[in-house]
Amino acid sequence: MKEIMLGNKAFARGLYEAGACVVSSYPGTPSTEVTEEAAKYDEIYCEWAPNEKVAMEVAFGASLAGKRSFCGMKHVGLNVAADPLFTISYTGVNAGMIICVADDPGMHPSQNEQDSRHYAIASKVPMLEPSDSKESLEFAKLAYELSEEYDTPVIIKMCTRVAHSQSIVNTGERVLPEAKPYEKNIAKYVMMPGNAIKRHPLVEERTRKLTEFAEKTHLNFVEEGKDNSIGIITSSTCYQYTKEALGDKYPVLKLGMVNPLPVQKIRDFASKVGKVIVIEELDPIIETHCKNIGVEVTGKELFSLLGEFSQSVIAKALGEPEKEACPAVESLPVRPPVMCAGCPHRGLFYTLSKNKLRVLGDIGCYTLGAVAPLSATDMTLCMGASISSLHGFNKAMGNESEKNTVCVIGDSTFMHSGMTSLANIAYNQSNSTIIILDNSITGMTGHQQNPTTGYNIKGDPAGKIDLEALCKAMGFNRVAVVDPYDLAQTDKVIKEELAADEASVIISRRPCALLKYVKHKPSLSVDTDKCRSCRACMKIGCPAISFKDNKAHVDNTLCVGCGVCQQLCKFDALIDG
Amino acid sequence: MTVNVMIVGVGGQGSLLASKLLGHVVMEKGYDVKVSEVHGMSQRGGSVVTYVRFGEKVYSPVIDKGEADYIISFEVLEAARYLPYLKKGGKVIVNAQEIDPMPVITGAAEYPEGLLEKMSENGANVSAVDALKIAMEAGNGKAANIALMGRFSKFFGDITEEEWLSSLEACVPAKFLELNKKAFFMGRE
Repeated sequence: MKEIMLGNKAFARGLYEAGACVVSSYPGTPSTEVTEEAAKYDEIYCEWAPNEKVAMEVAFGASLAGKRSFCGMKHVGLNVAADPLFTISYTGVNAGMIICVADDPGMHPSQNEQDSRHYAIASKVPMLEPSDSKESLEFAKLAYELSEEYDTPVIIKMCTRVAHSQSIVNTGERVLPEAKPYEKNIAKYVMMPGNAIKRHPLVEERTRKLTEFAEKTHLNFVEEGKDNSIGIITSSTCYQYTKEALGDKYPVLKLGMVNPLPVQKIRDFASKVGKVIVIEELDPIIETHCKNIGVEVTGKELFSLLGEFSQSVIAKALGEPEKEACPAVESLPVRPPVMCAGCPHRGLFYTLSKNKLRVLGDIGCYTLGAVAPLSATDMTLCMGASISSLHGFNKAMGNESEKNTVCVIGDSTFMHSGMTSLANIAYNQSNSTIIILDNSITGMTGHQQNPTTGYNIKGDPAGKIDLEALCKAMGFNRVAVVDPYDLAQTDKVIKEELAADEASVIISRRPCALLKYVKHKPSLSVDTDKCRSCRACMKIGCPAISFKDNKAHVDNTLCVGCGVCQQLCKFDALIDG
Repeated sequence: MTVNVMIVGVGGQGSLLASKLLGHVVMEKGYDVKVSEVHGMSQRGGSVVTYVRFGEKVYSPVIDKGEADYIISFEVLEAARYLPYLKKGGKVIVNAQEIDPMPVITGAAEYPEGLLEKMSENGANVSAVDALKIAMEAGNGKAANIALMGRFSKFFGDITEEEWLSSLEACVPAKFLELNKKAFFMGRE
C-alpha cells in the first residue's frame, strides 16, 4: 500500500515486516518514533529501557534467544551503549539484530553533533544509511538479512532530516523468518580472553567479506550524469540535496552502506570522471577512505565540518547561481523555546535563582532553567553528569561550595545515569544536595514513560520505582519531598538541606503540566487597580504573563492557574478566575 | 515543477497537523511529496517550521532561502522571520494573531509594528486572515491551523473540495473532525 510516512515510522514498518520480535530503546530526539511506532504493532514486544546500554543488551539477549531484535537511540545514546556494541561485534548474533542511531547535524535538540559513523568503523560493525522513508523501510528489512548472513549486529544510521521527514513508501506484509533455536556456544558467546582472541580474526574476516558485499550490493549505486568533468560521491540526505541542486548534471555514486566502504567501486567511479567531490555532513569519513585507497578527492575543502547541508549549500559550492529571495525584515526579536505555562520546573528554578545558588544541570526540559530571566543553571553536560559533577565540585571546594551549590536532574535522567552517580556520593561521602525534578514523565522527547512513572510504553500499568525508598536504601538519611508550586515550602526545604551536615536528596514532585491527566485550575486574571507595575511576576519567565499598558496581563489561553506568580505579587493583583 | 510550502508558527499551534493534511492531499493527487518537521525542544513555545514540497519528483526534504512559493504562518512575527525563504513575489498567508516571544514578555524587546506592510514592501504577496476568530466561530480556537489551511486551499484550483474533505477525514482524529471541517470550510470561504 502507498502511504506517506515519517522516516522513523517507515523504519518501524520495516522492522515489523521483517518479523522483529523484541524492541528495547531509550528515547532521544530524533530517534524516538521508531520505537513508538513499533510499539503500535501487537506482534512486537516493545519497551523503554532505563538507558541505551541496557536497551542494547536486551536486544542482544533477544537475538541470542533466536528472535530478531532492535534497539534505537540518538547519537549521544550510542556513547552510553558503546560498551556492549564493541563486544557484540565479536560474539555476533543468533537471530538478526539492528541498532538504530540517529545523528543530529545542526543540533536541533542535542548537546553536540558527533558523527556516529566513527563508531561503526571503531567497532567493525556494518552501517547502512538510508536517505528517505522508502529506504528506511527497505534497509531495515535488508539489515536483518545481512545481520544473520554475516553474523553481526547491523547499525542503521538515521539523521534528523531522514528521521523527521515524511515521504512516500510502499508497505508490505509481515513475514516471519525461519526459526533460530538457541544453542549453547561458549566459544562464541562467553567473551573471556581465550575465546575473544579467537573471535577477533573472525571479525576482521567478516569485514573483508562485507567489503566484497559493498562492491556488488545495490545499496551502493551509480547514477549517470550529462557531464563527466565532475563525479560526486555522497550518502544519506546529502544525496537528496545533491540531486535537488544539480539534477542529473554530474554522475553520482550514492552509498547506502557507509561501513565498510567499497574500494574497487570507488576507484572505478573515479576513473570515469574528471574531479571527484565527496559531499558528506560532519566528519570526512568517505573522503578519508578515498584518500586512503589512493583516490584523489575534494571534500572538506569545499564543505563545512559543521551543521546541516542543503541544496543551496551544494549549489553554491559547485558554482551554481543563487536564488533571488525576499530581503529579511530587520531586527526581529528571537523566539527561543521556553518552559511551558504551569511547568513545575519554574517554581524550583525561581527559588534556586533567588537564592543565588550554583546549579549543576542535566539533560531534559529543565535545561531551559539556563534561559533568561531565570538563568539559574551553571552547567549541562550529558545524562547523569549533574550528580557526579556536583560531587567533584564539592570535593574540590569543600565547605565553600557545599552550602551554595546544588544539582538538578529529572526523573527519567536519574533512572538513566543518575543512580550510579548517586551511589558514588553515598559511598565517597560528599555533603552534596541533589534535587530530583520528578515530573512523572520523560518530558523533552515528548512524554515517554520511565521506571518511576508506573506505566509501560503502551500505557499499561508496570513496575514503579519508589525514589524515596531507593535513596534511603543507598544510605541517604535526608530525603525530602517538595511541591515546586509552593514557593515558601520549596525555599525552606532547600535552605534546610543546604545547611545540613550531610548529603541530602530533595525530590521536587509535580507532574508535567502537559500530561493529559493533569487537571488545571482556570486561568488567573489581573486586577489592574491593584497592580503597581512592580514586575515581580515577570521574574519567573512565564509565557502567559506579559505587560500591557504598563500593567501585568495574563493570557487566558495559556495560563493553567498554577499560582506561582500569585505568590510573588505583594499586592494581590493576580486573582483567581 | 516542485511547489514549496513552508508552514511556520509557534510550537503548539498545530503546524504538524497542517503539514500532514497538505502532504496527504497532494499525495492522493498523485504528486511525489516530502514533508520535513523538527520535533523536540523547539516544540516548547519556540519558533517552529515545517516544509512541504510536492511535484513530479522531489528529492530534498527542506526548503532553502529564496525557494518558498508559499509561507503559511500561524503568527505574524513568525511570517516575517522566515521571509528570506520566500521567492520574490511569493505568497504569505498569515494568521493575524500576534504572540509575544519571551524577549518581548520580559521587556527586553518590543513586538515590531507594521510587519504586514514591511513584508509587502520586501516583495511578498501578503494575505492576512483572522484564523483564530474563524476557529472560535467554528467552535474552538485550536482549529485556527485548519482554518488557515482552508484559506490556503483556495490557491489550488486543481484540488477539489471533496479531495480536501477526504484528506481531512484521513488526518484529523474522529472526535475533532466536525470542528476542523467547519473551520476549514469557513477559512476557505
